[in-house]
Amino acid sequence: MSDFLLELRSEEIPARMQKGARQDLALLFTEQMAAAGIEIAAPQVFSTPRRLALIARDLPERTEEVSEERKGPKADAPDKAIDGFLRSTGLRRDQLEIRDVKGTPTLFAVTHVPGRAVQGVLAEAIPAIIRAFPWPKSMRWGEASLSTESLRWVRPLAGIVALLDGEIVPCEVHGVTSGAVTLGHRFHHSGDITIGGADDYAVKLRAAHVIVDHAEREALIRKGAQDIAAQTGLDLVEDEGLVIENAGLTEWPIPLLGRFDKDFLALPPEVIQLTARTNQKYFVCEKGGKLADAFICTANIEGRDGGAAIVDGNRKVLAARLADARFFWEQDRRKTLAEHAKGLERITFHEKLGTVADKVKRVAKLARWLAEEGIVPGADPGLAEQAARLAKADLVTEMVGEFPELQGLIGGYYARAEGLDDAVAEAIRDHYKPVGQGDEVPTAPVTVAVSLADKLDTLRSFFAMGEKPTGSKDPFALRRAALGVLRIIQENGLRFAVADGELLEFFADRLKVQQREAGVRHDLIDAVFALGNEDDLVRLLSRVNALQSFIASEDGTNLLAAYKRAANILKKEGWHGLAGEIPRTGEEDPLALVDDPDLKAVVDAKMAQRHESPLSYTPEPAEKALMDALDQAGPKAEAAVAAEDFSGAMSALATLRAPIDRFFDEVTVNADDQDKRAQRLDLLARFRAAVDAVADFSRIEG
Amino acid sequence: MVRDPANSFQDMILTLHDYWSAQGCLILQPYDMRMGAGTFHTATTLRALGPEPWNAAFVQPCRRPTDGRYGENPNRLQHYYQYQVILKPSPTNLQQLYLDSLSAIGIDPLKHDIRFVEDDWESPTLGAWGLGWEVWCDGMEVTQFTYFQQMGGYDCKPVAGELTYGLERLAMYIQGVDNVYDLAFSAPAAGRPGVSYGEVFLENEKQMSAWNFEVADTDALFDLFRKAAAECRNALDAKLPIPAYEQAIEASHIFNLLQARGVIGVQERASYMAQVRDLARGSCEAYMEREQDRWARDYPEWSA
Repeated sequence: MSDFLLELRSEEIPARMQKGARQDLALLFTEQMAAAGIEIAAPQVFSTPRRLALIARDLPERTEEVSEERKGPKADAPDKAIDGFLRSTGLRRDQLEIRDVKGTPTLFAVTHVPGRAVQGVLAEAIPAIIRAFPWPKSMRWGEASLSTESLRWVRPLAGIVALLDGEIVPCEVHGVTSGAVTLGHRFHHSGDITIGGADDYAVKLRAAHVIVDHAEREALIRKGAQDIAAQTGLDLVEDEGLVIENAGLTEWPIPLLGRFDKDFLALPPEVIQLTARTNQKYFVCEKGGKLADAFICTANIEGRDGGAAIVDGNRKVLAARLADARFFWEQDRRKTLAEHAKGLERITFHEKLGTVADKVKRVAKLARWLAEEGIVPGADPGLAEQAARLAKADLVTEMVGEFPELQGLIGGYYARAEGLDDAVAEAIRDHYKPVGQGDEVPTAPVTVAVSLADKLDTLRSFFAMGEKPTGSKDPFALRRAALGVLRIIQENGLRFAVADGELLEFFADRLKVQQREAGVRHDLIDAVFALGNEDDLVRLLSRVNALQSFIASEDGTNLLAAYKRAANILKKEGWHGLAGEIPRTGEEDPLALVDDPDLKAVVDAKMAQRHESPLSYTPEPAEKALMDALDQAGPKAEAAVAAEDFSGAMSALATLRAPIDRFFDEVTVNADDQDKRAQRLDLLARFRAAVDAVADFSRIEG
Repeated sequence: MVRDPANSFQDMILTLHDYWSAQGCLILQPYDMRMGAGTFHTATTLRALGPEPWNAAFVQPCRRPTDGRYGENPNRLQHYYQYQVILKPSPTNLQQLYLDSLSAIGIDPLKHDIRFVEDDWESPTLGAWGLGWEVWCDGMEVTQFTYFQQMGGYDCKPVAGELTYGLERLAMYIQGVDNVYDLAFSAPAAGRPGVSYGEVFLENEKQMSAWNFEVADTDALFDLFRKAAAECRNALDAKLPIPAYEQAIEASHIFNLLQARGVIGVQERASYMAQVRDLARGSCEAYMEREQDRWARDYPEWSA
């Protein structure tokens, strides 16, 4: 058994791409081996900024011989057939074997692929892996880039180490030749390092100040940052994203703690943290739950002076950035949010929808209305309108110009600094929520009113001008807005008609996507939506939930089966109701205008009379039982639906299950007597209608 | 002649000149037009097109009117210097050459933490993009390092490596000063005192900020923009890409001035940018058209 080491050394690989690259390398290697018939255990993969590495253990020395046989035409088949077989196998006639198949001499192609040295398989696999590597962004470089056919890699590829049990696997990709030599840390080591094989790779690199294993570097940073914070009496604000990013930026990570001027702590902590994190990739620390005047940077060297110069340089950069932020903070607060909001008149929201100021006016009106109508209970209409008018003002502040991620949050700070009502400040801060899936949903009434109004306005405006999301295109993030509306409505139990027409359908689609994750069947949502006019999403969901538990019960499953059977019979018999039967009876037809809406009331009354009129025959016991059950269950279900007691409605439906089953067992629907047939089909139609009044069961799958 | 980059801005520049000159680069002088970045110099844009090798280094004064702060901000200037190096095709040891240039101006890589942090570059105006990094020194961005992949909408064949050093930042770092105006522009020599950056440029920043933001005649600027655009098209009609490109640069700068005067609305902004982009790209296309037959003849393995 052999061990294989592959190192692909390049100029600095972006930190964010390293994890994917490791996975891709393992996958491509495993695929290449599988294609050669070598099954391997998952290879180990590593990355540093300057190298991707793979170690595969226990490879065979040779691949297995593979034989394959294919049956061809009869030995005396026409030449044409035999030629076709030869073409498809790539063999000559004299290479075919003739075997007896049930007394018929038949041609067989038997091919032996002899085993190969794994060395050779690897020599072909490495260039194939490099050429097929799916970097998110790749580039050309150097003299070879005179042609666009030249190799692409994430950054210039500088070297390949390929060793099988210490032997170089010879290969070449666009001028880069494999060998045993690599380089150590960019600054802590000079000269070539000759690797012996898979076993000494990490050891030799460690001696050259490179920790190959990214997980080890991550652990070093995680622990190192905690330790230096603790040594200073501080608590590290943990940030796994930063741990991974810094591990992707260093081969020899050294966390270092620095201090910044305490005066900067007057800035909102989010501003400091964001500046430190996004711009500089620093961790921050807390003391007693409050942000402390300290940062932790991760250097890639052991500084000659113990890191003093590095810390000092980083401190200056952070100070310059914080000074910028403080300048913005002070500049911005010279004006009130209402004054800032005037600047929104200069910002186009969308060319067909006017400026952001126009949008703000619409949102303010809607927020006020949501509060006044009691749709958002407990929201003060005046505060809701005020918050909506100011919610977007921070978009034109210097601070948000510099840190767009802080929109809303900064407005909230400025509102408080100005002495506005807490509810208003909170609404300004949180009105974008919920943004992502895990984001919290606002519950403070004024915030709910503003957040809902903002999102509904966006959706209504874009739908009104026909800008609907299509496929993967959703440039105005309307799906996210709709999901936000759904979550706010659900979380707060808000009862109102959310939309109509296309927008309501859009909400239904979003609801299905959202509920699928909660384990709710989309067909059940369809079944309730199909009743039409269900624009109250809270009611809709409780109906769907009741339906889902009913369908999961034994009564529900059987009732659904009976419903489908009834519906099939009605469809097969072309049943259009008793009214449709009338002409066939030969009676004079007083109801010819049955479909005329003006006459609907008249027809309904007449039909009710017909339903009530005594039957011309004595119904069978099972038939009578179903009639009675429907007389009971129909109104009960209807009343329960009206009272929004959906589990009550389901219970009412459940009482139909035994009678309908019995009816199908004992009663012949398609009786020779036309009157019996008509009455029984009508009974099935009544059954169907009673069920449909709760949900459109024809939409339910299964 | 002893250079003292740690105590003199001009010595830092001269050291870089010495260094890149020794690497076989042409040491060019700044382009004599107002522009927002060294990349606009024809030695970068136009020379990035086509197959011919090209190695050059130069200082380019850059003007960004909206960055003016009347001389009151220690880091921001409406006029500053970039040091550009362009090497085509990009040599395999470009990173090492760059690091050695930092050592030459006095940055010890075992005392200071130098890092290559992903930062891709794109200029829609020039129809150009490339992959590379911003180079950090102790957390400060000191250089943009880019492998050009496309210019003027054409694939770069071969790829050029471009280094853009922010000279004032680098000098502030090396000299250990926190305010750009405190930089020593020159060190005392021959009995004459050194001169600070502030003595050279502070008054310039004050006056130019006032003019950029408050005084420049906007009607005249709009007129200049139209004239530059028209002249660019005139030159393009005459199949003269270099003069056309100059007019595109001119239009681009006039647009920046109009921005500083705050007279271009959000809507118009996009349309002005599109105009500048069309002029610049048109010039690159015309340059390519004019040269491609010769290039194809001299470099048989090359094609546009």
